[in-house]
Amino acid sequence: MTNPTQAPTEADTLGTADALSQTETPSAPVFRGLSPGKLMWRRFLRDRTGVISAVIVAIFLLIAICAPLISMLYGKDATTTYGQNDPTLLTDSGLPTGANGGMSGDFWFGLEPGLGRDIFMQLVYGIRTSLIIAVATSVITTVLGVAFGIASGYLGGKTDYFIGRAIDVLMSFPSQIFLIAAMPIVTSLLVPADQNPPGWLPFVAVTLVLSLLGWMSLSRILRATTLSLREREFVEAAKVTGASPARIIFKELLPNLWTPILVQSTLALPAFVTAEAGLSYLGVGVTEPTPDWGRMIANSANYLRTDITFLLFPGLAMVIFVLAFNLLGDSVRDAFDPKTKR
Amino acid sequence: MLRFLVRRSLGALVILLIISMVTFALFFAIPADPARLSCGKVCTPENLALIRHSMQLDQPVPLQFWHWFSGIFTGRDFGGAGYCNAPCFGYSYVKQEMITNTLIDRFPTTLSLTVGSAVIFLIFGIGTGMLAANKQGKPADKIASSASLIASSLQIYVAGPLALWALVYSTNWLQLPAYVPITQDPIGWFTGLLVPWLVLSLIWTANYTRMTRSSMVEQLSEDYVRTARAKGMSGRSVFLRYAWRGAMGTIVTVFGIDLGVLLGGAIITENTFGLQGLGQLSIDSIRQSDLSMMVGVTMVAATLIVVSNIVVDAAYALIDPRIRLA
Repeated sequence: MTNPTQAPTEADTLGTADALSQTETPSAPVFRGLSPGKLMWRRFLRDRTGVISAVIVAIFLLIAICAPLISMLYGKDATTTYGQNDPTLLTDSGLPTGANGGMSGDFWFGLEPGLGRDIFMQLVYGIRTSLIIAVATSVITTVLGVAFGIASGYLGGKTDYFIGRAIDVLMSFPSQIFLIAAMPIVTSLLVPADQNPPGWLPFVAVTLVLSLLGWMSLSRILRATTLSLREREFVEAAKVTGASPARIIFKELLPNLWTPILVQSTLALPAFVTAEAGLSYLGVGVTEPTPDWGRMIANSANYLRTDITFLLFPGLAMVIFVLAFNLLGDSVRDAFDPKTKR
Repeated sequence: MLRFLVRRSLGALVILLIISMVTFALFFAIPADPARLSCGKVCTPENLALIRHSMQLDQPVPLQFWHWFSGIFTGRDFGGAGYCNAPCFGYSYVKQEMITNTLIDRFPTTLSLTVGSAVIFLIFGIGTGMLAANKQGKPADKIASSASLIASSLQIYVAGPLALWALVYSTNWLQLPAYVPITQDPIGWFTGLLVPWLVLSLIWTANYTRMTRSSMVEQLSEDYVRTARAKGMSGRSVFLRYAWRGAMGTIVTVFGIDLGVLLGGAIITENTFGLQGLGQLSIDSIRQSDLSMMVGVTMVAATLIVVSNIVVDAAYALIDPRIRLA
């Protein structure tokens, strides 16, 4: 574990550094041929699966951003209980009167049994919930992973030892149980029990809990890469010329670490989406009335015997979303690092 | 080997000690009133006073930890609730039960679920992965690779209800999941767990297919495999005796870690199929704010993870003679 694993090859890491510095300073002398950044972009465009999944991911993002607009055009929102307001829509037992979960021209994806909310709007706003949490968690874990990874790789010695042991302990935690167990504790830490919980509380609590156990693998990868970069000539040269540690870390090391950072965080995002939905599925995540896919799936399980439609929409949406994200992550890795075998 | 085991076990004990301290601190030291939280949703003042006294909340936190920790080795007396024999993880005021007894009660369900699905996903995952590696680039490989890619993006909370609907509710092909001890009724045990096994192993099979394929492909391009081919060894021997031996290390490592995680309770699977295992116990204790039970489940799950890591490292040395345990 203490051995530095093989760092990305010289051409690759340096290439990304060049690409970045070039985009930052457009006045720099023009490169002959293609810059590594453009090469990466070309490789990505040639990957058909990657482009298709990028389009699907973009559509999901667009829907999440435009949710209020869609709601306006569609004429319904996610929280109104249409089924209860209009008694002809739901039967006495709370099931939609129409076939296939009450799908109709008015309610495209049908009505939620019981409360009678519009499933299409719930799905659209549900993307927001999972994306806000997943993106926030990815950002926090990336920052933590980069900070701890570079610190232990560059500083070495005691810092490295303590961060390494802390990671060992965190990795031995049963993460699923711990996620569930930490939820009420984090919630009670954020807001005292006698106060009314504000609307942002579940978002913050889920993000914090997921971040706490999500940064270790990135940190380990960056530590290994930093360890090998630290001994290279350009870092040595910077040290000899009297560069401060901050300059070495930000100007010499960090530009060479962008590839693993980007690849790891693209692959981590779908994992956080499913983890967030898993928490809601178990009833410890985001609470009503915030729409959430995990909770929609959990509710639909109560109506399995009567109608599968309630499960199909959130279930399929989830699978497509995660599959597209996973494929995109794989393609990004292939484009950055074409030598790795899959 | 012996030195390695002793050294690793000592390291594991240190990690477990730290985990127990952190868990204890999280569950007992931070919340404003652990006694109130341990008391459950319906709580009488007498009950609360009793709990506060027997949780020894008037003492400093390190001392509380010491009582809890020494209880694991020597047992503890819980006054009215009775004596708790070692290994004692405490007493659940919500369930009115000794935590150790509940854990022992729930473990067979989780064990059956894990062992059954592990058998299925190891056979099918490694089998399909090796097939795909053997037929690299051919249609069989493409089908296996894309199927496993889709299956690994499935979630248990999506696949589980779907399987229940497709196999149980709408067709009645299989039995509604339930746990019957194997000692009572082996056939009921098998049929009752078949649907959870299938769903859990579907997703894990996909992961093992991808992993087996990629490590076999990597091994097949190694020099020693080429040498074996060059000296005229048959394709089958090269594949099974050379490449597979090299690929096995990765698979054993990952399997050991996965096994430890699964044994600690497959929470979502158990929840979906209503199986009363360790995973369901942990989610129930959170819903009922049963903190002492939570600490017990977490400790058992952490121990299983740490122990399986040691077993993996030892097994790794047996498989790969290049690795020396020092």
